This record gives sequence, C-alpha cells and structure tokens, in this order.
Amino acid sequence: MTQSTAPPLVAPGDPPPTDADASPPAPASTERSPGRSTARSARRSLAGAALAAALRLRRVSGLIAVLLLWWLGSGQGWLGSTTPSPGSVWSAAVELVRSGEYTHHLGVSLERVGKGLAIGIPLGIALGLAAGLTRAVEDVIDAPIQAFRMLPHLALAPVFIIWFGIGETSKTMLILIGPIFPLYINVLHGIRGVDNRLVEAARSCGLSRWGLTRRVILPGALPQILVGLRQALGIGWLTLVVAEQTATTSGIGYLMTDAREFLRTDVMFVVLVTYALLGVLSDLLVRLVERRALAWRRGYTGR
Amino acid sequence: MATHSGGLTTAPAPAVRITSLVREFAGRRVLDELDLSIAPDEFVALIGRSGSGKSTLLRVLGGIDHEVTGYEELTAPENVSVVFQDARLLPWKRVLDNVALGLPGSDAEARARTALAEVGLAGRENAWPVELSGGEQQRVALARSLVRDPELLLADEPFGALDALTRLRMHTLLKQLCARHRPAVLLVTHDVDEAIALADRVVVLDHGRIAADLRVDVPAPRSPGTARYAALRDELLTLLGLDPTAGTVPEPADPGASQPTDTTPKNAKGSDL
Ligand SMILES: Nc1ncnc2c1ncn2[C@@H]1O[C@H](COP(=O)(O)OP(=O)(O)OP(=O)(O)O)[C@@H](O)[C@H]1O
Ligand SMILES: [Mg+2]
Repeated sequence: MTQSTAPPLVAPGDPPPTDADASPPAPASTERSPGRSTARSARRSLAGAALAAALRLRRVSGLIAVLLLWWLGSGQGWLGSTTPSPGSVWSAAVELVRSGEYTHHLGVSLERVGKGLAIGIPLGIALGLAAGLTRAVEDVIDAPIQAFRMLPHLALAPVFIIWFGIGETSKTMLILIGPIFPLYINVLHGIRGVDNRLVEAARSCGLSRWGLTRRVILPGALPQILVGLRQALGIGWLTLVVAEQTATTSGIGYLMTDAREFLRTDVMFVVLVTYALLGVLSDLLVRLVERRALAWRRGYTGR
Repeated sequence: MATHSGGLTTAPAPAVRITSLVREFAGRRVLDELDLSIAPDEFVALIGRSGSGKSTLLRVLGGIDHEVTGYEELTAPENVSVVFQDARLLPWKRVLDNVALGLPGSDAEARARTALAEVGLAGRENAWPVELSGGEQQRVALARSLVRDPELLLADEPFGALDALTRLRMHTLLKQLCARHRPAVLLVTHDVDEAIALADRVVVLDHGRIAADLRVDVPAPRSPGTARYAALRDELLTLLGLDPTAGTVPEPADPGASQPTDTTPKNAKGSDL
C-alpha cells in the first residue's frame, strides 16, 4: 500500500485520520438527529448557566457574609461604639462625592500613583531586562540593587522630604522607588528561568539574538514578569498611603488624616474601602492582561 | 551546491567531513579524534552506548556546542536543522508559528502550512503545542526542521519517547520526507532495528571514536525475517556489547530494561503495517 502513494506526502501509516476526525464528525452527528440533540444541548446549556451562576454566587458569598456581619455587628454594638455601620459609611461617601471633595482627592492620589508607577515600572523592567540579558550588567548592578532592596523604602519618606521638599516631588519619588525592586527581581528570574533547551532549539532555527530575545526569552519570562507587576502595583498603593500621611493637604490619605482630627470614622472607612477597591481593580487589570497573554498555558481557558 | 555534476560513480563532495574531532568536558575526553564523513543525500544512523557521546557529536555538528576542544577538519553545511528527542516547540506560539519560526521571506507562512500538511497536520495550524499529543508534537518539530530545506538533518533520538506503533508510522513518514527533501541525515538512535530500517549506513560510536561503519545492504522491504537483516542486526548488537542471542528471545522477560533487545517483538509485529 505504501508503494502506491504518488506525490502527496501524508503519512500512509496515517496518524492524520485522528486529526481529521476531530472536526468533521461533530456536525455530522448533530445532523443525524437534530431535534433530540438540540433539546439535549439546550438542557445542558441551561444547566451550565445555572452552574455558572452558582459558582459566581459562591465566589461573592464570602464578601456578602463579611458585609452582613459588619452591618449586624455595628447595629448590635459588637464592634464597639466607634465603628460606623455600612449605612453611615455609604451616606458619608455619597456626601463626599456630592461635594466634589472625593473626586478631587482621589484625582490627586491617582495622579501621584500614576506618575510614580509610570516611571518606576519601566525602570524596574529595564533594569531587570538589562541584567537578565547581559551578564556583565548583572554583575555590576545586582549587588547594589539587592542592597537597596533590603532597605525598607518606606523608611526613606522623611529623608525624601528633606531632599525633595514637602511638595509633590518627594511623594512621587517615594512611590517610584518601591515597584522597581519586585519588577527587577521577577524580570531577572523570569529570564534566567527560561528553558535553555527551548533557546537552543530556537537558535538552531536561525533566530538572531534579537529574534531570540523577542520570541523566546521575553515570552518565556512573561509569567514571572506579570507576577512582578502585580507585586509592584500592590507596593505602589502601599507607598501612597505612607506618602500622603504627612505634609500634604490633598489626596485620599489627607482625607483620612483630616477625618481623624474630627473623629469622622465614617469618612475614614470610606477611604479604607477606597484603598481596597483600588487594589482590587489594579489586580484585576493585571489578571486580565495575564489571561490574554498567557492563553497558551494548558487549562487557562475554558475552565 | 556543487554536488550534481558527477555521475553515480564519482563521489560528490561530502556534506559533512570531520577529522580528528576532540571534545572534552572538564578534561574528560568524550570525543577522541573522531573521523566521520557523510555524503549529500546519505542517511546515516549513529548508534552507541548511553554516554558514548552521540548527542555531543550531534551538538557540535548542529552548531549548538561552541566549545569544541579541537579538530583538524570540521565541515558541515550552512543550512542545518536539528530535531530533538523532546519536540521543543515554543509553548506560547501556535503550531503554525512554531513551524515558521525564523523563516525569512513573505511566503514563510505558506511554506509552513505546506510543511504541516506534509506531516499530516493540516487543520491544526492554530492549535497550541500543549494541545497536541507527543507524536503530533514530534511531527510539528519534523515539519519545523524540513521547512528550512536543510542540507543536513540532525535528529537526536527523535522517536525515543514515542510508542512502538507511532514510531513505525514516523519511520515511514521520515523516509518519505527524506526522499522528497533529500537532506543528508544523521540520526541518533538506541534502536538497532530503527537504524537498519531507515539508514543507508550505520556507524557505531564507542570510546569517542567511530568503532564500526557498516553499509546497510538489506534489500528493499527491510523485513526482519531475512537472513541478511538478522546478520546485520546481530553484528550491530555485538558491537554494542550485547549478546545477540539474548535479543532473539520472542517475549522479553523484562520490558523495563530499555536495551535495544526488547524492540524485537514489537518490530516483528509491526513490520506488516
Ligand atoms: N554539558 C556537559 N558537561 C559535562 N559533561 C557532559 C556534558 N554533556 C555531555 N557530557 C558528558 O559527555 C558524555 C557523553 O554525553 P552524551 O550526551 O553525548 O551521550 P549520549 O551518547 O548521547 O548518551 P545517551 O544515549 O544516553 O543520550 C557523558 O558522559 C556526559 O556526562
Ligand atoms: Mg543523547
């Protein structure tokens, strides 16, 4: 049978049929008994939707329980007389938004974080890339960066105020410093962790050094880089809290300090919830990027 | 290349010529003044004990090893492709992009498509490598090598991780592909039967040198039943330091011992496919 094959070269021992099978038979079988299978698939999709709804409910159930406990606890006085109820926090939030204060302070804070991260993140990535791709650079910059990393950067706040004044520069600088380290470390480790066998195979396909970097090393390091990005964002928010605690008259941190002066715990809670939401949102953003960029991982989609 | 001028009688310039190749690892000599040459279009199987330096030799020829200790002559074509035991596809690139990796020209994608069709994977262009079976991944790797139209194809136990049946199918496929693309081939294998089934020549690596260089003169349907096949097989097994009579026992007592001996029954059964 082998001898009879003319030009087209599909393996006669035919593993292909298994591949060819994979797609065509599916529609064929639906045609055979259209009524029954649509009914069955409709039932299945209904059950699937119910299951998905149940899963979604399960995912938010913990959050709802916490809110419920808070509400109950503040109503019954379990949480002490200084803890505001969710209701009073909500009305404080509405009032703040209405007066325009909230938007103003949130805007200022977002600008500070935005500026800091806009410089800190690229800087961290650049340092990580430089060290990861070139041994000589790693040899030179790794030791100082590791030393700086051990220094809790928040301790620099008073020093920065002396160096850069009490204005925006000192705050931006503080927020800028934090994210550099997690990104540097994760980018470097991500690159070092790329499977050398893949690099070899790709190089034997004739990729240049740049092609190798772009198509093999960076995609291979990407999961780790995204971990670094998540840590960096977390640190960014944390630094914002510290940066806005002193020497400022704007930002949600100021809102908090100001509320403390007047024992407005409801306003303080509005700020706390804001911090939580900002953290969750930025994490969600990275997760979205992750889902798109790492779709090649087994089990990442459709589960 | 300047190979097609001569007739059948005059030997064309070899695709590979190695003389006195030495490769040491931390002072330990793995390749010891090794000589080998491979003609264009020639299919050479390289066998040898584990640790004898087969992969080392292949890596030198593939330009992956940049720390060769010494040589007198080391000629290999510019255009070399390597297939490894594990497919080594980039998991973040779809199958088609893996095949087209590093291919120059605007027709790269079309050529990759053709190559995938050749290995029977048309329709799977957009799959992720993790979605393929081991045999399918290895076929993609084969397509990735051959789409470059290499003058020399290096394969390091490319079918070692596959089951016996898939392996036989891959043999047929590889034979066809080689007949079409006509590269010189150096195939590393543990399997004496695989070597006899595929190669024009079998070379045995031992103590860092080519210890034997045998032409496979078994007539066309190389079925294990023939006397010439059995004689060559016995000779190769002996060269590998195995007792050939032990290899002809119909049912291997211990399939766990992954020596070439336990392939006999599988191949005997598979030969009628
Ligand atoms: N990078 C390396 N560093 C040190 N020693 C090495 C290295 N690569 C190979 N060797 C040594 O060289 C010898 C030959 O290795 P090689 O991988 O070529 O063997 P092989 O014939 O391919 O074996 P197998 O059949 O098991 O794959 C081995 O003893 C191995 O330990
Ligand atoms: Mg090996």
